[in-house]
Amino acid sequence: MNAVAPLKLMIVDDSNIIRRRIERSQQIDRLQVVGAAANGREALELFERTDPDVVTMDLTMPEMDGIECVERLVARKPAVLILVVSALADKATAVEAIARGANGFLCKPFTDRQLNDALTELLQGA
Amino acid sequence: MLTDAEIRTFVDGATHYFEVAARQPAAVGSPYLATDGPPAVHEYTGVIGISGRRKGAVCFTAPRSMLMVLLMRMNETDTSEANMRDLIGEVANTISGNARRDFGRDFVISAPSVVAADDGRFVAPAAARPFVIPINWRSHSAKLIVCLE
Repeated sequence: MNAVAPLKLMIVDDSNIIRRRIERSQQIDRLQVVGAAANGREALELFERTDPDVVTMDLTMPEMDGIECVERLVARKPAVLILVVSALADKATAVEAIARGANGFLCKPFTDRQLNDALTELLQGA
Repeated sequence: MLTDAEIRTFVDGATHYFEVAARQPAAVGSPYLATDGPPAVHEYTGVIGISGRRKGAVCFTAPRSMLMVLLMRMNETDTSEANMRDLIGEVANTISGNARRDFGRDFVISAPSVVAADDGRFVAPAAARPFVIPINWRSHSAKLIVCLE
């Protein structure tokens, strides 16, 4: 029986606490964390090095915001799955993130269960 | 000046934050307008600058003891100074960002900046008077300060 290779997960958030929390709480066997970045610019560099399949992306960050980063990541790898994890709770922001290429949106604050449900739903499209 | 409905947005935001992130509700007290100078702050203050259709700042200020317990409730074992500062900024960011549900996307929020209470006072934007929302959680007291033109 062949084992299925895990999908590579990159975490992008300017909060170390949130980065660690996502890393700690994601219980999905199919995901393996390959790195974390604190802003959009770092994320682009890390993306080149690690070629992740799945990304969690904050929106409000210094250097380069998440919306711009989503667009750039999708341009480099259209098949990448991106879950936006942001406190920005207005509908227009979620709609724009999806329009730029994100595949899902999870609003902060979130429970571990909400995070895992959102990632599970995301992976159903993989 | 904030309307009652706008103040309610921030009260609800603070309530929601503790219910979800800390998995333990906070008692959010009656908001009041700071009339006797700028409100005193605790050891850590996270400040979110607001621009766009509204201008000003949203601040969450809390003592170290509260942040320590909050980190533990999040299963975070790293209680370093850096993580304390990170947390205070993240709380301010989350409550401010959630407010866009009511204020809309023209309520533009900055990345958080964190200040230690060297002078013990919050410096409000010149043209706005700060509303203070008291937050009591477990045995700790904190404040959400909303200051919008």
